[in-house]
Amino acid sequence: MCEYCTIELMICVAAQFLKDGSTVGVGTGAPCAAAMLAQKTHAPNLLIIFEAGGFAPQLPSMPISVGDSRTFHKALMAASMMDVFNTCQRGMVDYSFLGGAQIDTYGNLNSTIIGNYDNPKIRFPGSGGANDFAGFCWHTITMTPHTRKRFVKKVDFLTTPGYLTGPGSREAAGLPEDTGPYKVITDLAVLGFDEGTKRMQVEKLHPGVSFDQVQENTEFKLLKIPVIEQTEPPQKKELEILRDEVDPHGFVIGR
Amino acid sequence: MTNLSCGTGPLFMDPDPKPARAFFRKKEKKLINKVLSVKEAVSRFVADGDYLASGGFGTNRISTAALHEIVRQKKSNLGLAGHTTTHDFQILAAGNMHGEKLLARVDIAYIVGLEARGLSPHARRVMESGQVEVCEWTNYALACRLQAAAMGIPFLPVRTMMGTDTFHRSAAKEITCPFTGRKLVALPALYPDIALIHVHESDCYGNCRIRGITVADTDLARASKKVIITAERIIDNDEIRNSPHSTVIPSFCVDAVCEVPYGSYPGNMPGEYFSDEEHLRQWLEVEKDEVEFDRFLHTYVYNVPDFESYLALSGGVERIKELRTQEFLVPKEL
Repeated sequence: MCEYCTIELMICVAAQFLKDGSTVGVGTGAPCAAAMLAQKTHAPNLLIIFEAGGFAPQLPSMPISVGDSRTFHKALMAASMMDVFNTCQRGMVDYSFLGGAQIDTYGNLNSTIIGNYDNPKIRFPGSGGANDFAGFCWHTITMTPHTRKRFVKKVDFLTTPGYLTGPGSREAAGLPEDTGPYKVITDLAVLGFDEGTKRMQVEKLHPGVSFDQVQENTEFKLLKIPVIEQTEPPQKKELEILRDEVDPHGFVIGR
Repeated sequence: MTNLSCGTGPLFMDPDPKPARAFFRKKEKKLINKVLSVKEAVSRFVADGDYLASGGFGTNRISTAALHEIVRQKKSNLGLAGHTTTHDFQILAAGNMHGEKLLARVDIAYIVGLEARGLSPHARRVMESGQVEVCEWTNYALACRLQAAAMGIPFLPVRTMMGTDTFHRSAAKEITCPFTGRKLVALPALYPDIALIHVHESDCYGNCRIRGITVADTDLARASKKVIITAERIIDNDEIRNSPHSTVIPSFCVDAVCEVPYGSYPGNMPGEYFSDEEHLRQWLEVEKDEVEFDRFLHTYVYNVPDFESYLALSGGVERIKELRTQEFLVPKEL
């Protein structure tokens, strides 16, 4: 085993969820690093999509914007925002990778405001393409730091749909069937969603982290699967690729 | 179908194709030379109260020259389509200072932030003060609204925003699909008064080429009543006619063509130069203090005559040369 930092662990865990031959819509930062790592390890045929129009680039280095020229470097297609989300809406994109300021037990995300809408304490950017990705892609994966301020009982603004108010509510709202939150990867644990209630459950704990510690950092009550295993630490090879090829300047992993 | 709901946000622009068709009918279609200075184009085609849309994607292929000119000419009471508006939003928000109100209403998909670079302190101050009227959307929603307008129809049905507060604070309406009986979201067509689009090449009539992603600009140019093009280069009409498949914006949509080399600076221009991250960081930094930001704006925007002077202050062609080495899509010499 070798030494690693938490963000490296999160990226390596996230990469594992991306199957070879699948399609993924990503943002910049950690999600992009995870997709690049997956492409350079177990998923060489991972098709990465950027919302401004880049389809399947061979990324020369980490993009800074989801619309910069690196997002369509040696790509299969440089298209439009319309084409990207149409592709998602017709069911051809497996995963989307998101972040957010707040998340609730159903995986609903807030990236719009903190406080009261008409008189906000903080104005955040808003949906961007997050609402579209999470509405249309089959599986939504979220990466976020795990704190009580972020894992809240009720999001101040429901920017991006998780399982809304529980089982059946996405379909009742009109969103495509069989879509929704899949995994939440934090600095403490890997979480998923209970099949029956669609509530968030702890599935894996990072090395040295207890369930109670995760619960203490979560405002709502967490479910847990019967046997919670420890998150596998990153392998030496993964860390080498992440540090040397994916993010050599340490933009995301901070080295 | 029961329980059809409506967004409660304000609808800033009329989605009815009837007045838009009447406007487009009268628009000049013949090939006339539209080359103007940025200063002239902005003063002639951008009116106070207009609804504006900025092309490209925030820090990528943006019309910095036209955006600065709008701020410099102190245009006021503008509307804005904010589909991932990042540095472009930051520039326009600079016009909301000392009681002046450049931005009055914004359709928001993504504002205030500069993606991984962080939030703009000044844009936050403007948007948190309540002085700007807002309506929430998503990037796809705004792209669809422009496409509906480009198609000449009053709305497009989609399946986005459903069940979220983003929908509730939008001006979209749920409808029943006449074929499946399921719920859909009707997005009202958006016909901006004026679009600012930076392209790689245009001829003097406004036939334009873009290399790389078009984001929403092909629809934006068709949906907007007036279009100002800034171009890295003006090329001969023969070149356009020799490869018409490369034209993505036709001249009959365009009102002004301005030649502005490096005109997306400090943004990225695919195949030309990468974004100037140092300058963008500096801009975010000075915004923290209003007095310092005001001084910065006077140095870089208000007290310079044009974009070329701003570029010279920011390191000029030497800096552009450095940014070219960071741009991986620059064609390699044979």
